[in-house]
Amino acid sequence: MHAYANPTRFLAIARPLTPWLLCLGLLLVLAGAWAGLTQVPGDYKQGETARILYVHVPSAWLGMGGWTSLAIAGLVQLVWRHPLSGIAARAIAVPGMLFTALCLATGSIWGKPTWGTWWEWDGRMTSMLVLLFLYAGFIALTNGDEGQRQGGSLSRGAAIYALVGAINIPIINRSVVWWNSLHQGPSITLRGSSIDNALLWPLGLTLLGFSLLFGAIVLMRMRRIIADNRVAARLRRLADDEGTMA
Amino acid sequence: MKAKHQRLVLAVAALVGVAGAGVLAASALRDEAAYFRTPVEIADGKAAVGEAMRLGGMVAAGSIERQRDGLTIRFVATDGKASVPVEYTGIVPDLFGEESGMVADGRMRADGTFVADRILAKHDERYMPPQMGEMPKNMKAPTA
Repeated sequence: MHAYANPTRFLAIARPLTPWLLCLGLLLVLAGAWAGLTQVPGDYKQGETARILYVHVPSAWLGMGGWTSLAIAGLVQLVWRHPLSGIAARAIAVPGMLFTALCLATGSIWGKPTWGTWWEWDGRMTSMLVLLFLYAGFIALTNGDEGQRQGGSLSRGAAIYALVGAINIPIINRSVVWWNSLHQGPSITLRGSSIDNALLWPLGLTLLGFSLLFGAIVLMRMRRIIADNRVAARLRRLADDEGTMA
Repeated sequence: MKAKHQRLVLAVAALVGVAGAGVLAASALRDEAAYFRTPVEIADGKAAVGEAMRLGGMVAAGSIERQRDGLTIRFVATDGKASVPVEYTGIVPDLFGEESGMVADGRMRADGTFVADRILAKHDERYMPPQMGEMPKNMKAPTA
């Protein structure tokens, strides 16, 4: 684990990995979208609107998975002070927020024809909106302080914020079980899926595809932050040298 | 090494504390955060006449009656343990139907009827192709 916490070693792996994740992810998302739109039948009750699940479900999982990994990165930063964990947390926040927003938007578009409303303050929707705001808060808290902090690490406050925000993840997951909600209960659980196999398989493609895209965005953002830090360090050194020469 | 362990213990202890507080708060909210009440809760007398509330339940089979004015419907909402008659004037969502879930905004009338001023359809977690369930009347068979 320590071996990969070194930015140089990380870059040696991340550089060739990025285009692979990006291309494979795009390919899988396109294949899943094509399959979901043309190759499977509509739902017996909802008809064609059910097809939005091939985007909505991966978005929801990635929005929640994003915060889970952000919280782990915050913990690693607090305890082990790994130089890469803070950079990873910063990199995850933006695609995490993007997918959370995508989940809320697709859910709203589906809700109007299905439920008859764009938005209701039920447990699932409210807790997901809270996740969006948590991401916004984390980005506001960490944006622009990479240069001031050693190697892009998080401030202690930001790392604690990431950990405390993780409480919302099990709440989102259980919201349809604990409370009566307009949102239906979980379709896919450890015991199996109540989405019929005939409709389920394109979800595997888009889920893997969006996850790879998420990974590619994180790697690209991490590389950018590392590069920015190196430029900032070099500029500082140059400025120091000129200072001593003058 | 020692400082690292100390930080780990502190972080984990804080996390457990916050998680515990979160779970306690969530379970305390169990009733308040419910999006709707169920017929059995109304049968238990948890709803006062005239109080604004939401009622959620299944539309009982064969219970939808359209009234003469063409707009008002009456049906029975049930949760398997109790049932409440509901009256609504207006347009219902496409997915509203018998033996399927619904949520209604409204209030109890003194005669025990729930008068709704808005109805939402609730979808369940099952997704399947049309040939497996019964074919809805408004949907044509998939061509593929």
